[in-house]
Amino acid sequence: MGVAGASVAVGPSVAQGEQWRSKAPPDSLGCLIDLTRCIGCRKCEDACSQVNELPPPEKQSCDCVVFDHKRRPDEDSFTVVNRYFSGKLTEFDTPDPTFVKTQCMHCQDPACVSACIAAALSKQSNGAVKYDASKCIGCRYCMVACPFEIPAYEYHDPITPRVRKCTFCYDRISKEGGVPGCAAICPVEAITFGKRSDMLALAKNRLKENPGKYVTHIYGEKEVGGTAWLYISSVDFDQLGFPSLPHEPAPKLSETIQHSLFSYLWSPLVLFGVLGGIMGISGRKKNEKKIKEASDGA
Amino acid sequence: MEHKPSPLRKKFWTPGTFVMLAFIVAGGVAIIARFIGGIGYVTNLSDSRPWGLWVGVDVATGVALAAGGFTTAALAHIFGRHYYEPVTRPALLTALLGYTFVVLGLLVDIGRSWAIWKPLVNWNTNSALFEVAMCVMVYLTVLYIEFIPIVAEQYKGKVNLPGILSVFNGLLNRFLKIADAILDKTMWVFIIAGVVLSCMHQSSLGTLMIIAHTKIHPLWQTPILPLLFLVSAFSVGYPMVVFETTLASASFKGDSEIGILAPLTRITIFLLGAYMALKLGDMWARGSYKYLLDGNYQTNSFIVEMLMGVMAPWTMLLFEKVRTSRKGVFTASALIIFGVVLNRINVFIVAYTPPVTQTGYFPAVGEILTTLGFIAGLMFIYRFIVTWLPVLNAPKEVCS
Repeated sequence: MGVAGASVAVGPSVAQGEQWRSKAPPDSLGCLIDLTRCIGCRKCEDACSQVNELPPPEKQSCDCVVFDHKRRPDEDSFTVVNRYFSGKLTEFDTPDPTFVKTQCMHCQDPACVSACIAAALSKQSNGAVKYDASKCIGCRYCMVACPFEIPAYEYHDPITPRVRKCTFCYDRISKEGGVPGCAAICPVEAITFGKRSDMLALAKNRLKENPGKYVTHIYGEKEVGGTAWLYISSVDFDQLGFPSLPHEPAPKLSETIQHSLFSYLWSPLVLFGVLGGIMGISGRKKNEKKIKEASDGA
Repeated sequence: MEHKPSPLRKKFWTPGTFVMLAFIVAGGVAIIARFIGGIGYVTNLSDSRPWGLWVGVDVATGVALAAGGFTTAALAHIFGRHYYEPVTRPALLTALLGYTFVVLGLLVDIGRSWAIWKPLVNWNTNSALFEVAMCVMVYLTVLYIEFIPIVAEQYKGKVNLPGILSVFNGLLNRFLKIADAILDKTMWVFIIAGVVLSCMHQSSLGTLMIIAHTKIHPLWQTPILPLLFLVSAFSVGYPMVVFETTLASASFKGDSEIGILAPLTRITIFLLGAYMALKLGDMWARGSYKYLLDGNYQTNSFIVEMLMGVMAPWTMLLFEKVRTSRKGVFTASALIIFGVVLNRINVFIVAYTPPVTQTGYFPAVGEILTTLGFIAGLMFIYRFIVTWLPVLNAPKEVCS
């Protein structure tokens, strides 16, 4: 049991030595969505469908009834715009709607990436959370893990279903001067694209320059450790379908548990050694008993 | 007590086996439908509720209830309580079949069944699911290796396949002989490995939902989920053995094993007590008891899990009268099993609350038929194997 002895000595120091560190890429890209600017024209949905070769959005040319029910991104649409009435009134005393665009938030430390059994999801250095169907086994643990309920699934494909979600237009933004389809088309500049740090500074600046216009909360700055996509709004985010989330990165606790238990497989090795020791002792006792019985008999 | 397992050699086709066959056929139809129309065709799963009955019951509960295998192996072979050896073989068989069906269940549930090998070459050691998958794969292999001596005992030197297959007779005989000889010397490695692997993935199954902690109801959402899963697996191991040996001896009119089962339940008092203390202590420490009287289906499900599945059987087992009566032991064991089954369903399905859409979920007929079909299939093969291989203790009149 020499191996076991050694692993007992190594084990606890390994367990204590590992501190969880964020794997967020430095200098990555992001988007700022200013909900006070969005007019609900849904041009971003069109652009998204074209860039990603998806079917055209629901009721493409008619905004009149599409807002009557709340939609979610799904296998055929990576982004959707919903309308919320918060009780605010316009200058003509009619209800003042707030339009909210929803898509993958591209978390800085994504739960889906940490959860994926086969490393099919990865956080790219430019900030995009990218899905590689060729590694996917379809366990859907990414969907379970995502705090924003974003990944969608091709449930009606029997053999080769894929996880579907916003790609951050990975191919476009990887090129010099490339901009995501939705940000490029937005006619009112509700979506600004650039370095995440710049977007954060821009958001803070808008809050400072326009006192009273915005609620003092940049959604995505701290939620689950920060997201690449950020939102500012004049209405509280919990009235707009945004989940209220802790500031701790989503994978921190589970990764800490996994690594403190299984780094270098120290705990299984210790357990193997201990059980082997017990088995050896109880086995020897049995043999002694047998020998004793035999000699007693003789 | 002389311990001599032997094949039952009883009539295989009974009304019971025909009922099982009917469930297998119904489940088979649902599975065929899943591979024609997709998961969405036979299930109520959605983008907001990606895991349902198949993961909660076929996989998570299946693994928990197969815990009888490693807990009895640890007791009889590692801690040297050879007195319990008569129950190790049926427990091993249950574990082997249980895990086989866990893998079959997974193959139906994952979208790309043909890609199930891919985690082997694309490691993600951050993922609790990756660890569970690796452990289950290795453990299933270990279980099959542990079972080889039982096959060898019956057929070594006697392999006699019919017809064209008879060309393999010599080869199989030689394989059984060599494997048996090697395993005679090395079995201890596999027995310990089996226990270690079980402890690893039983606990990691609990880690699975920790990354989704913002979606789990506070009554179950705790960082000690892995510990709770491990200890509950320990405590359901012996009750599961009690449950199945009682059923088997009743249906095959074999020995009543109450002599062995009574002391097993004394260990369960300790294990289940530890589990109960952890559950209550955790609730106290996190203050989650304030949700207990919310009166919705989630909190009610928690109350049923704790009262009927943990506290009631634990209290029952404290009484000598219960522990020595066949009915008492059986009832307490059944309640403990119920508690663990409900706990896994609660953690994976009931506690899961999608924060944005609040989508609900109830399994579709296709999902239920598939799950029932798998359970019937497991019982069918169990019955087949104990008929032809030395697993269960022979009835006394043959033995003496």
